[in-house]
Amino acid sequence: MALLDDFKRGDRRALSKIITHIENRREGYRTILAQISRFERKAFRIGITGPPGAGKSTLVDSLVAKLANTGKKIGVVAIDPSSPFTGGALLGDRVRMQHLADKDKVFIRSMASRGQSGGLAAATRDVITVLDAFGMDLIIIETVGIGQIELDIIEACDTVVVILVPESGDMIQTMKAGLMEIADIFCVNKIDRPGADRLVSYLNNMIHERLGEFSQEFPAVGTNAVSGLGVDKLSDAISRHRDYIVGNGMFEQRRKRQLKNEILSSVRDRIVKDLDHMIDLDGQFESISSKLNSGETDPYTAADEIYEHYFRGRLVNG
Amino acid sequence: MSDKIRVLLAKAGLDGHDRGIKVIAAAMRDAGFEVIYTGLRQTPEMIAEAALQEDVDAIGVSILSGAHMTLFPLIYKAMEARKCTDIILFGGGIMTEEEMVILHSQGTDKLFGPGTPTPDIIAYVKDVVARKRKSEKII
Amino acid sequence: MAEIKNQSAASDQQFEDALKKAHREWKAAADRSANAKKKYVTVSSAPIDPLYTPEHVKDMDFFRDLNFPGEFPYTRGVHASMYRGKPWTMRQFSGMGTPEQTNERYHYLLSQGQHGLSVAFDLPTLMGYDSDHPRSLGEVGKCGVAVDTLLDMEKIFDGIDLAKISTSMTINAPAAILLAMYIVVAEKQGVSMDKLSGTLQNDILKEYIAQKEWIYPPEPSVQLIVDTIEFGTKHMPLWNTISISGYHIREAGSTAAQELAFTLADGFTYIEKSIERGLDVDDFAPRLSFFFSAHMDFFEEIAKYRAARRIYAKRMRDKYGAKNPRSWMLRFHTQTAGCSLNAQQPELNLVRTALEGLSAVLGGTQSLHTNAMDETLALPSDKAALLALRTQQVLAHETGVVNTIDPLGGSYFVEALTSRIEAEAEAYFDEIDRRGGVMACIEEGYLQRELARAAYIYQQEIDSKERIIVGVNDYVLENEKIEIPILVIDPEVEAKQCASIKKAKSIRNDKRVAETLEELRQACRDNKNRMPFLINCVREYCTLGEMCLAMQDVFGDYVEPPII
Repeated sequence: MALLDDFKRGDRRALSKIITHIENRREGYRTILAQISRFERKAFRIGITGPPGAGKSTLVDSLVAKLANTGKKIGVVAIDPSSPFTGGALLGDRVRMQHLADKDKVFIRSMASRGQSGGLAAATRDVITVLDAFGMDLIIIETVGIGQIELDIIEACDTVVVILVPESGDMIQTMKAGLMEIADIFCVNKIDRPGADRLVSYLNNMIHERLGEFSQEFPAVGTNAVSGLGVDKLSDAISRHRDYIVGNGMFEQRRKRQLKNEILSSVRDRIVKDLDHMIDLDGQFESISSKLNSGETDPYTAADEIYEHYFRGRLVNG
Repeated sequence: MSDKIRVLLAKAGLDGHDRGIKVIAAAMRDAGFEVIYTGLRQTPEMIAEAALQEDVDAIGVSILSGAHMTLFPLIYKAMEARKCTDIILFGGGIMTEEEMVILHSQGTDKLFGPGTPTPDIIAYVKDVVARKRKSEKII
Repeated sequence: MAEIKNQSAASDQQFEDALKKAHREWKAAADRSANAKKKYVTVSSAPIDPLYTPEHVKDMDFFRDLNFPGEFPYTRGVHASMYRGKPWTMRQFSGMGTPEQTNERYHYLLSQGQHGLSVAFDLPTLMGYDSDHPRSLGEVGKCGVAVDTLLDMEKIFDGIDLAKISTSMTINAPAAILLAMYIVVAEKQGVSMDKLSGTLQNDILKEYIAQKEWIYPPEPSVQLIVDTIEFGTKHMPLWNTISISGYHIREAGSTAAQELAFTLADGFTYIEKSIERGLDVDDFAPRLSFFFSAHMDFFEEIAKYRAARRIYAKRMRDKYGAKNPRSWMLRFHTQTAGCSLNAQQPELNLVRTALEGLSAVLGGTQSLHTNAMDETLALPSDKAALLALRTQQVLAHETGVVNTIDPLGGSYFVEALTSRIEAEAEAYFDEIDRRGGVMACIEEGYLQRELARAAYIYQQEIDSKERIIVGVNDYVLENEKIEIPILVIDPEVEAKQCASIKKAKSIRNDKRVAETLEELRQACRDNKNRMPFLINCVREYCTLGEMCLAMQDVFGDYVEPPII
């Protein structure tokens, strides 16, 4: 395949075209992914998430500009929401990434969420694999950021940075547990605004409570993404976190869990799709549906019956 | 193929008049396109590079400063250097018909003058992208 | 109005009952024949009633809300005699190509009866780039005149006595630098700065909101503006230190009420920042001026100008504690709306501009620019520029509108509209305050979002033909061939400007250049008023780009939030 050869040679146009192919789930995309995923991969993956207006893109801009100066190859994936009505999307994250525009070691790809609600697009993890196989040293993923906990990010990254601003107080109160679950590092952006110090100490208390005295703590980092203040510290915290998780085996564990989940979800997708197809084909659902209507059965019993019918004896808990 | 149409919209040159391009961006979103907006003051290199990375179907560039005769050909050159002239370059601005003809011969597919209805621009993009995709070979 | 009130005072109840009855009867008759499907809205998409009656203005108090011209709250005009005392200033904005060409155009316009000059600069100048900067490629001299060093300013005003003329400069981000250049040009003519009159359009906040030509982040940009206000207040008694502009906000697609609200909110921000700097409001407020657009909706525009004066007077007196009546008066320049003009059947633009100019005059403008009919196509040709000026002369001398002051005052419709726009603006002020002020709204993108939404609605109305624009979406000429001569800027301009920079660089003292630039940087770090330092730089023939870069070293740059 000429495109794959170009990809291997480091052709950015080929990279870009392959991403499109995979994002659109065009015919044969799984074959391409299968091949690509066997290439050498070494990228460390950093997730950036946080509420709207927290300054995610601006922080990615200054963070990546700094990291790119060290000679690293960096991929950035920025996700924005698709309109649920028209399917269209306005992807505006590049506007904030002006300092990356002339960096030839940086590759930015904007993705529309296309109906996914977990903060990433359906194909984001595959796109990360492709960027990794292209030889990126670092991949930064910026989530949609609509003010909810976006859990998908922990399935796609090694280190997750949650960006908050002094104005996000209310959100933190209601989402404390979820935030603690996804965040490896908290970053308080717009650190010069009133209330920032209070937020930092609140977060540090929260971190301390969770980790106790026996584990390494990563205190919240204050930044001003516009002026670049504190970006050094954030970059430093990220690399310390990386060393920390690689050192204590967490990195390995996470990757293993993610891989398992990814494979499972891929299998699950196929099973569900096939099952859906088979039920229709066998006329199973028709008969269940009439039984449901007449009150002969209920949805729970029906589910058990379907499972029995297709999987009995084939699976452990059958 | 039901792939989304992806369009890169950019302001080139120094002028900051972005009313038109933002109206177009909103209309394209409402027409179901995925619109990547790069913001103001993009150089030809920045535009071509962004289009390459985003693998868009088309690039729409707005220039209202009078620098169109200089900038459109430079954008096309930057696309040539990246071997991505299969992406369609179109644009809008204040220019004469003679200038449009010259720019067309230098790689810019279509130029829209002031007062063009938004639906015309959307119809153009849909049409030209459909034709382009038909002629493209599958990997 | 006063008369109607008096009548009704005699038998209030009787009058109201009669009015209600008559209104019911009229409505029944009108509804029978009116087109119920069509939406009747202003250019700002605001709904309009079919008829206005005393009911619409029943809460109005003549002395509180209108009063006489020259009396608080100045709804009917800032001067007692208005145009009988002094006609509005006909001030056509122009400038293009090289300084020499611009100088030639100015001599011509002055010889044709224009009162004051208004300088348009090219985009590299507005963005702080020298003509030889890579970013300037293809832009030099296109949208205005290119200015790189003092040499260029000397040429622009060659043979024009700066003590006799008033000059407006639309320059925004590098405004302080151009003011410094103007002062030094005058100095060389032997005119001291206390004799200079004119205006500096250095309203940077509307750049972040609408026109998007900034160099530094909002906070230091505003401090630079306060520098020019402070300097002008202390050293230039005839100079209007700032023109606070709604024109560009309107051009970017705002409604009339947004134009008014955002512009006044910007103005109040400058006032607050100047007071913070230690200036007394009555020392600087009398020389602030405003700049509004005149769009196609005749009555809405007139109401907008009247509401502007009323809101401003009340705030200046009651919120900022100004004691000098001159501080309460909102004086403004108007330009007819460029965005209302069209490339199709461009002669129609003459008609549009005339009507828009008329609304500005009926709204009590202090000065006016009427657009040339070919403005959507290119910079105005000589003929189009002259016709635009002649349009104002026809308004002034043939229509009779100068004879009486605020002739639409007391109209149920215009008064109701004035009050409504005032209320809309007040609602915006509250929202802006709630969000932490104009600067916070800009950084968050609130104002830009409001504006983009209004622009999109307007365009959708045109696309769906709910709104008819003659020659564009209706009454279209098939195969129209545009036969307006178009002024094309010679590409040689760029080369000439680059040569002129070389020349300036060859005659200057490099050591002094470096020293004055470093002193400028230091003034930025120390947050001292930068004007005297800029004047020193200008005298040494530092380029505009060098001065902007020196300040940027300290101030940094700015990327806007992505708002669509």
